[in-house]
Amino acid sequence: MEKALFIIFAVVAVASALNILIQRNPLYGALSLIGTLAALSALYVMLRAQFIAAMQIVVYAGAIMVLFVFVIMLLNTPKDQPQIDKQRGLRYLAIPFAGLMLAEAFYIVWRVPVQMMPQLEGANRDAGTTLSIGRKLFTDYLLPFEVTSILILMAVVGAMVLARREGD
Amino acid sequence: MIPLSWFLGLSALLFTIGAIGVFIKRNAISIFLCIELMLNAVNLTLVAISSYFGDLGGQLFVFIVMTVAAAEAAVGLAIIISIFRSRESLNVDEVDALKL
Amino acid sequence: MTDLLVEWLIKIGLLFFILLTTVAYLSYIERRVASWIQLRVGPNRVGWFGLLQPAADGLKFIFKEDIIPLKASKWLYIAAPAIAIIPALMSFIVIPYGTEITIFGKPRPLYVTRIDIALLYVLAIGSVGVYGVVLAGWSSNNKYSLLGGLRASAQMISYELSLGISIVGVLLISGSLDLVQIVERQHTWMGFLPRWNIFLQPIGFIIFFISALAETNRVPFDLPEAEAELVAGYFTEYSSLKFAMFFMSEYFHLITVTSIATTLYFGGWSGPGAATYPVLGLVYFIIKVFIFIFIFMWIRFTLPRFRYDQLMRFGWKFLLPVAILNVVFTATLVLLWPDVFLGSPR
Repeated sequence: MEKALFIIFAVVAVASALNILIQRNPLYGALSLIGTLAALSALYVMLRAQFIAAMQIVVYAGAIMVLFVFVIMLLNTPKDQPQIDKQRGLRYLAIPFAGLMLAEAFYIVWRVPVQMMPQLEGANRDAGTTLSIGRKLFTDYLLPFEVTSILILMAVVGAMVLARREGD
Repeated sequence: MIPLSWFLGLSALLFTIGAIGVFIKRNAISIFLCIELMLNAVNLTLVAISSYFGDLGGQLFVFIVMTVAAAEAAVGLAIIISIFRSRESLNVDEVDALKL
Repeated sequence: MTDLLVEWLIKIGLLFFILLTTVAYLSYIERRVASWIQLRVGPNRVGWFGLLQPAADGLKFIFKEDIIPLKASKWLYIAAPAIAIIPALMSFIVIPYGTEITIFGKPRPLYVTRIDIALLYVLAIGSVGVYGVVLAGWSSNNKYSLLGGLRASAQMISYELSLGISIVGVLLISGSLDLVQIVERQHTWMGFLPRWNIFLQPIGFIIFFISALAETNRVPFDLPEAEAELVAGYFTEYSSLKFAMFFMSEYFHLITVTSIATTLYFGGWSGPGAATYPVLGLVYFIIKVFIFIFIFMWIRFTLPRFRYDQLMRFGWKFLLPVAILNVVFTATLVLLWPDVFLGSPR
C-alpha cells in the first residue's frame, strides 16, 4: 500500500520534473514544477512531516510559484531557444557528464547497506507535529530563525530597489 | 515499508534533472525554475533523513531553506525584471556585458 | 478500515450534494437580496417566488454553446475551471459542522476528517486556489482576461499575508491548529458574553474579514472581474459549463470563508443547548454562516469598487502593519494575563 503510494507520487514528481526540461514556454515549466512540489508535499506527509508538507504548499506552491507565474505573465516572454550559440562542442560532452552524476548519486545510495538504514517505525512518532517543530525552532534554533528574518527584510528591500523604474 | 534509499534515490534523480535543466536551458526564468527543483530535491533528502532518524534538525533546516528560497525568488525575479527592461530578452547568452 | 472508508465516502458524497444545492440557491438568494436592497422585484417567475430559478439557470448553462477561442492555449483553457473548482471544494473536509450525532447506534462526528494541521491545510488549499483564476486569464489570450488574471494574482498574494497573520492571534489564544479544538475552547462563558474569539480578538477579526472579502474577490475587492473596466475579467472568454464552474467556485470560496470565520471567531457550532441536543449545534452553525453570507451580500450592494493602486496601498501599508501589531499586542496580553486569555491551563 505505502510502496504503491510512494511509486505514484515519485512518478508524478519525476514526470513533472522532466516536463520542465521538455517545455519551451516557461509558464508550462512553472506549472510542471507545481506538480513536482505537490507530489513532494504528499511524500512529506508519508514521512510524517505534516508541518513541512503544509508549509511546502503554502510557501512554495502558494507564494513563490504564484510570483513566478505573475512575472512570466507580466513579461510575456518569448519562448526559450535551447540552442547554445557559443561553445557548440560542449553539448556533446553534456550527456556523458549527466549520466556520470546520476550514476554517482545512485552508487552512493545503493552502497550503503540496508541494515544500516534506520526504520520509520522506530522513529519518534510526533517528530513532525507543529508543536514539536515550534518548541525546537524557538529554543535551540532561535538564532538561525532570527537571522532568517533579517535575510527576508534584506530581500524585500533589495527586490524593491532592483525592480524600481529609474526616476521613481 | 519504504526503505530510506528509495527517498534518497528519488531525491538524487530530481536533483540531476534540475542540474541538467540549469545547463541546457537558456531562458533565465527556466533556469531559475530548475534551481528551485534542485532545492526541493535536497529538501526531500533532509526531511527523509530527519524522519527516519527521529531528529527534528532536518525539518527545521528545510523550514529555513524555504524562507531562503522565498527571499531568493523575490530578489531573483526582481533582477530578471530589470534585465528584461534593459535588454528586451531573457536569453542568458545575450547577457554577457558586466553592466546593465 | 473499510468501515471508516465507507463513512468518509458517505460523508463526502452528502457534503458534496448539500454544497452544490446551497451554491445553486446562493445565486438565487444573492439576486433576491440585491433586488430587496435596490427596491426592485428580482427573479420571481420560475416556480413559487422564483424558487426554481436555480434549476432553470443550471439548464441554461448546460445547453449553452461551449466556445474555445481559436488562439487560446487549449489544454490550459480547458483545465483552468477544474483547477479553480477543485481547491474550492477541498477545504470543506476539515470544517467541523457540529458535535457528534448518534446515527445507527454509533456516535458520528459532523466533520469528514480531523487533522492536527487543519487550519494550515485550509490556508494551503486557499493559497492554491489562485491558479485557476490566473491560468484562465492567461490561456484565454485576451487582454481583458490577462489583466484580470494579473490583478487576481497580485491581489491574492497581498491579502493572503494579512489573512494569515490575522489568524495568528486566534492561534495564540486557542493554542491549536485543530479546528475542532479551537471550537471547543470557545464553549465557556466570560460573564454574560460567550467566550468567542471575536470578543478577545476584535481587531484581528476585522482584518480577517477585510482580507476574506479580498480573497473571495467580492466587492469592494472584485478588481479581477471589474465589469466596468475589464468586460468580465478573467472569465471573459468562458461560456457554458466552464463559466458555471468559475461561478460555482466563487460561491464555494464564499462558503469556505464564512465557515472559517464562524469557526475561528464565532464559536463554530457552540450555543445554548448545543451540548445536550447535538442537532442544535448544526443549526447554530448554519445560522451563523448564513448571517455572514448575508453581510457579504449587503456589502456587495452597498460599497463601490476600489481602484487598483488604492487596493495595493491599503493591503500593504495599512492592513499588513495593523495585523502584525495585533499579533504583537495579543502575544503581550497573553504573556501578561495568561489565565484571562488562555482560560483553563493547557
